[in-house]
Amino acid sequence: MMKRDGIIASALLLAILGSAAFIAAYFTGGDRLYEGLGIAAAAVGLCIAAAGWAFWIVPEEKVVDEVDTYPSSLDDRATQSGEVSEGLRELTRSRALVALLVAALGSFAAALILPIRSLGLAPDALLFRTRWRRGARIVRDDGTLVHVDDLNVDTVMTVFPEGATGDPQSVVTLVRVPESIPGTASGYVAYSRLCTHAGCPVALYRAQERELICPCHQSVFDVLADGAVISGPADHALPRLPIEIGSDGILRATDDFSEPVGPGFWERG
Amino acid sequence: MKRVTTIERFLLWVDDRVGTAHFLHHALRKAFPDHWSFMLGEINLYAFVILLATGTFLALFFDPNTAKTIYDGPYQLLDGTPVSHAYRSVMALSFEVNVGLLMRQIHHWTALLFVAGIAVHMGRIFFTGAFRKPREINWIIGFLLFWLAMFEGFTGYSLPDDLLSGIGLRIAVSVLQSVPILGTWLTFLLIGGVFPTKVLLGRLFVLHIYVVPFTLAGLIALHLMVLWRQKHSQFPGLGRTEHNVIGSPLFPRYAAKSLALFMAVIAVVSVLGALVQINPIWVWGPYDPWKAVSPAQPDWYIGWLEGALRLGPPLAVHLFGRMIPSLFWPAVLFPFLLFAVFLIWPWIDAAIRKDRATHHLLDNPRDVPWRTGFGVAMVIFAFGLVAAGGDDVQAKYLHVNVLSLVTFYRVFCIVGPVLGFFVAHQVARELRERHGVGKAPRVRLRRNAKGGFEEEPLP
Repeated sequence: MMKRDGIIASALLLAILGSAAFIAAYFTGGDRLYEGLGIAAAAVGLCIAAAGWAFWIVPEEKVVDEVDTYPSSLDDRATQSGEVSEGLRELTRSRALVALLVAALGSFAAALILPIRSLGLAPDALLFRTRWRRGARIVRDDGTLVHVDDLNVDTVMTVFPEGATGDPQSVVTLVRVPESIPGTASGYVAYSRLCTHAGCPVALYRAQERELICPCHQSVFDVLADGAVISGPADHALPRLPIEIGSDGILRATDDFSEPVGPGFWERG
Repeated sequence: MKRVTTIERFLLWVDDRVGTAHFLHHALRKAFPDHWSFMLGEINLYAFVILLATGTFLALFFDPNTAKTIYDGPYQLLDGTPVSHAYRSVMALSFEVNVGLLMRQIHHWTALLFVAGIAVHMGRIFFTGAFRKPREINWIIGFLLFWLAMFEGFTGYSLPDDLLSGIGLRIAVSVLQSVPILGTWLTFLLIGGVFPTKVLLGRLFVLHIYVVPFTLAGLIALHLMVLWRQKHSQFPGLGRTEHNVIGSPLFPRYAAKSLALFMAVIAVVSVLGALVQINPIWVWGPYDPWKAVSPAQPDWYIGWLEGALRLGPPLAVHLFGRMIPSLFWPAVLFPFLLFAVFLIWPWIDAAIRKDRATHHLLDNPRDVPWRTGFGVAMVIFAFGLVAAGGDDVQAKYLHVNVLSLVTFYRVFCIVGPVLGFFVAHQVARELRERHGVGKAPRVRLRRNAKGGFEEEPLP
C-alpha cells in the first residue's frame, strides 16, 4: 500500500514540477521545446496518478445495469400513435388548406435560400478567357519585358501578359527549344501553366524529353506536340499560347488561348 | 452524526431547485464496460477538447486577409518577401507569440490524432458489429463525424496561405468545379469567383472555427446522448446477457480511468508538439498560384483522395457540348459511393444476416467471416490509396518510374482487397471452428473419489 501511495505521490510531484517547468520556460524566452515538455510532464504525472487512483485506491467493483429503457411499453406506443394520427386528422381536415400550406412553406423556403445567391458571381467569361490579347507583350513576374535573347535553349520562365502580372488565370510557361524545330517562334513556345487535370502549376520541365510535368499528380505534357498528354491523369492537352517575336525582339502574344485554361468543367464542352 | 461535505451540500442545493438527485445517483453508478477498446472513442472526445482549446488560442491571432504585405518579421530568410496577411499572422504565431508555435503544432498533431482515432474507433464498431440494431443512429452520427473531421482538418491546414496549402486548395476547387451541371455554380458561390479569390480564406476561416466545429460539437453531444440512453454494448462473457451491461461504475472508478486517458492524450500531443516539427510554413514559403513544391503530400487523412486522384483514369466524357472531367470519377463519384455504402452499412449488414433483432452483445470478429473479410478488404484498399498518394516520393527514393508505381497501385487496389477478403475470411472461419462453441471438445464431468471433478472425453 505504502509503495503504491508513493508512486502516486511521485507522479503528482512530477505534475507540479512539469507545470513549474512550463511556467519557467514561458518567462525565460518561451522555448517551445521546454514549454511542450513541461506540459507533457505535468500530463504524464496526472495520468499516472489518476490511473493509480482508478486501479489501486478505488476498490474494484462491478455494477450491473439493466437495459430496460426501450422500447417503451406497448401502451405508450399505442397511445403515441393514436395522438399523432388524431392530431394529423384534425390538421388536415381541409385538403385545400393543406395544399396551400405546402405552397406557402415552399415559397418561404425558396425566399430564405435566395441569399446564398449573393455569395458569388455567376460563372462567366472568366472561365473561358484570360488576359492575353493580340499584341499583348510578355513580361516576367516583376513586370519586365522578355526579349528574344533572354532565354537559353531548354530553359523555362514563368510569364504574364503586360499589365496583368500575377494574374492566376493568365500565367504561362515560356519554353525555349532549338530554333531549328518548326512551329516555334525562334524556338519559343508558350503553354498555360495551369494543369488541365486539377489546376496545379505545371512547374517542372524535363529538358531531355522536352516534357512539362505537373508535380501534383504527375501529368506529363509534350512541349513539341502542342502540349498533348503523354501520361498521367490529365485528360486534355495543355492550351498553347500563340506568340511571335516583334520587330523590336520583344515577345508578344498573337491572340488569347483558343480554349479555356485549367481543369475541365461542365460548360467547357 | 454524519458530516456533510461542501460538494454534497452543493448538490443538495441544486436538487432543491432542479431535482437532480434521482438522475445523478443513477448516473454516478452507470456501468462502463472495462474492455480497453471501449476507450477508443474517448480519445477522440479528448482530442476534440484539446482542438477547441488550442484552436481558440490560434483563432485570436489569425488574420484571414489575403492582401499582400512585406514580411519584416524575425525569420530572416523571408525578409522583404511579399506575403499575405494570413501567412504573416501564422508566421507571427510561429516566431513571435510565446507558446504560439507550440499551440500550432499541438493543434495540428491533435487534428491528425483526432481523425486517426475516429477511424480506429469506427473499425472497432465495424468489426464487432456494434452498429447493429439499436445502434444504427449512432453509426450514422459517428460516420458523419468522421467526414466532418476530415473536412475540418482540410479547412484548417488550408488557412495559413503557404505554398502547400494553396496547392491543396487549388486542387479542392478544381474537384468542386468538376461536378456535372452544378460544378461551376458551386465554385463561384463558395469562393466568389475564379480561384484564388480575396474572400476565400475568410470564408474558410468561418467554416473552420464556427460552422464545422459547432456541427461537430452538436453531433458529438447527440452521439453521447444516444450512447447514454442506449447504454453500452458489451462482449459476451460471464453473466453478460442481451439485457444487462456489466462494468465499472462511472464514479469514482471509471471517472479516474477516463481522466488518466485525457491526461495521456495531452501528454502524447504535447510531446509531439514539442519535439516533432509539423507543417513548417516558413519552409514551404508563401503561396503564389504559379509556384509549386515537389514532392507534395496532404495530411494523412486526405491521402486516400490524393491517391485516388493519381490513380484515376484520364477519362473525360464529352456529350452534347458539355463535359464531365476525369477528375469527377475519383474525386467526387468514388468518395460519394464509399460514403453511401458505409452510411447504410447497418442495413446492408442486416440484410445479409437476415436479422432484424436487437443486439447488445458484440460479435467476435472471427464469428462473422464475411464482414471481417469486407472490413479487411476496405482497410487494404484505403492503405493502397494512401500509399499511391505518395508515389512521387517513393519513385524518388526507390529510383523507379512513377508510371510503374501508378500501374502497381492500380493493380494493388483491386487485387489487394480481393485477396485480403479471402485470407481474412478463411482465417476467421478457421478461428471460429477452433474456438467456436459448436466445436468445443465434448466432455462429461465426473465427481471422483476425492470429491473433485474430472473430465471424461466423449466421442
